Amino acid sequence: MTITEKILAVHSGRKEVSPGELINAKVDLVLANDITAPIAITEFKKIGAKNVFNKDRVALIPDHFAPQKDIKAAEQCKMLRDFSREYSLGLYFEVGRMGIEHALLPEEGLVVPGDLIIGADSHTCTYGALGAFSTGVGSTDVASAMAAGECWFKVPESMKFIYYGKLSKWVGGKDLILHTIGDIGVDGAIYMAMEFEGETIRTLPMHARLTMCNMAIEAGGKNGIIVPDDITERYVKGRAKRGYKFYTSDKDAKYVEVKEYDCSKIPLTVSCPHLPSNIKPAAELFEVAIDQVVIGSCTNGRIEDLREAAEVIKGKKVNPNVRMIVIPATQKIYLQAIKERLVEIFINADAVVSTPTCGPCLGGHMGVLAKGERAIATTNRNFVGRMGHPESEVYLSNPAVAAASAVKGRIAVPEEVI
Amino acid sequence: MILRGKVWKFGDNIDTDAIIPARYLNTSDPRELARHIMEDADKEFPNKVKLGDMIIAGANFGCGSSREHAPIAIKAAGIQAVVAKSFARIFYRNAFNIGLPIFESEDASEKIREGDEIEINADKGIIKNITKKEEYTAKPIPQFMQELISAGGLIEWTKKKLQSLKQPI
Repeated sequence: MTITEKILAVHSGRKEVSPGELINAKVDLVLANDITAPIAITEFKKIGAKNVFNKDRVALIPDHFAPQKDIKAAEQCKMLRDFSREYSLGLYFEVGRMGIEHALLPEEGLVVPGDLIIGADSHTCTYGALGAFSTGVGSTDVASAMAAGECWFKVPESMKFIYYGKLSKWVGGKDLILHTIGDIGVDGAIYMAMEFEGETIRTLPMHARLTMCNMAIEAGGKNGIIVPDDITERYVKGRAKRGYKFYTSDKDAKYVEVKEYDCSKIPLTVSCPHLPSNIKPAAELFEVAIDQVVIGSCTNGRIEDLREAAEVIKGKKVNPNVRMIVIPATQKIYLQAIKERLVEIFINADAVVSTPTCGPCLGGHMGVLAKGERAIATTNRNFVGRMGHPESEVYLSNPAVAAASAVKGRIAVPEEVI
Repeated sequence: MILRGKVWKFGDNIDTDAIIPARYLNTSDPRELARHIMEDADKEFPNKVKLGDMIIAGANFGCGSSREHAPIAIKAAGIQAVVAKSFARIFYRNAFNIGLPIFESEDASEKIREGDEIEINADKGIIKNITKKEEYTAKPIPQFMQELISAGGLIEWTKKKLQSLKQPI
């Protein structure tokens, strides 16, 4: 069996499962945010359950339109707060303690290797980086799981992605996953488990693994997953709030397809409007002028991402035609960025540094685009209207490319500014 | 169940931001969401769509976000069913969970044109094109999904399940 099949089997009380089977499985954690939880709460109340299945395994995180951007958003956030009080939830994160859900939960050790996690947010697939099975579902699924502690799944087929070779300077997890999505397309892994492995992955730091698994959904994947190793152990040790278990894929595990990538040939990669699969080397896009740069999100808002951007922009200025918005994904990351004087570097460069929020990634607040405007962002989607006006455009890149572009006022590579 | 209506046609990879842009997600009121249905794919769509219409789309319909607001908005706009070449995984789950009939059919997706009138026999999975006098077959709905439908959706199904386990509710 693959690691995905093993985790699903254990959680459904079976020795074995195989692709295509429908199973009911116990969940270790259920999460929702201020956009998706209000529907989940309304549906949960229709079930009429007295309690949630486990008060410490339901996480409600107001991060999308929080800090509350308008009255309606405030009402939605209030629903999460009221529900958390009513049901004495242990994992409600108020503004001041909250961060972007998929950065916050791994950081706090609330998701651990071997877990089965569902979340009413498509980027819930992020935690596969820890060797957990995690996938996005809808609000009604979350409502049902909040009551029953279980969820139904179709066991997915698995696709294997093998990465080998040395990464070029500044090329990282974001470039690998954009390259992969570009290769297989936005429905290339539809309904499937995407298992990432190979020598490059085995030395890839955790933040980059989280970035890769985070974007599995952008290829239609059900989950992204990486077999845990020493890097996982080092990350989890000292954080994990629960016991954890490492699963591996068997040598004779079945994959519907195996893809191999020579990472030494993967360039700094940018995804052009309006699909994440529409990739081009950054070096071929120097004529693309930009109005805004966003560095943040559940994809690339971790401390390592901010360090990378700061390294590029240190001592320089954001181009006068550009607005640069930096959003640390959690309070801890924010504080660390202050301690390391990264915030100072950004502010001296004329960038703004914001409180944690999903904000502009989905055109919510804190950097929405006007008609005809163009942004380069370290976020995960560049669909029509994603960051604002339907006639605005979003290019996706890693933090170093985004920072270099901020200096140049057009899509650029770090070598041009350093 | 027989569904009959006029068709609006969309292409491949219609994402959830096109179905209901995130800027409107500060509410989950179905009527408000319906006012912006498919707005970023076709600005005039909320004004053109009529009660009982159908959507025929290409591959990977509903890709992107997990927002249940997408099928909710479609349903609240009066659209009876969506037929597509394929659906993104979370949208597929959500549609069944909230009771929006959806059908996968490559044939129907390719041959039906905008403005055609179609009739769907939901139980048999047969899609008739009244305008063109053609007939297409949809992929059978998995057994478990049929169970969900006959239970009246996931919430009712969960309620029954908890009752049968004699858990306190």
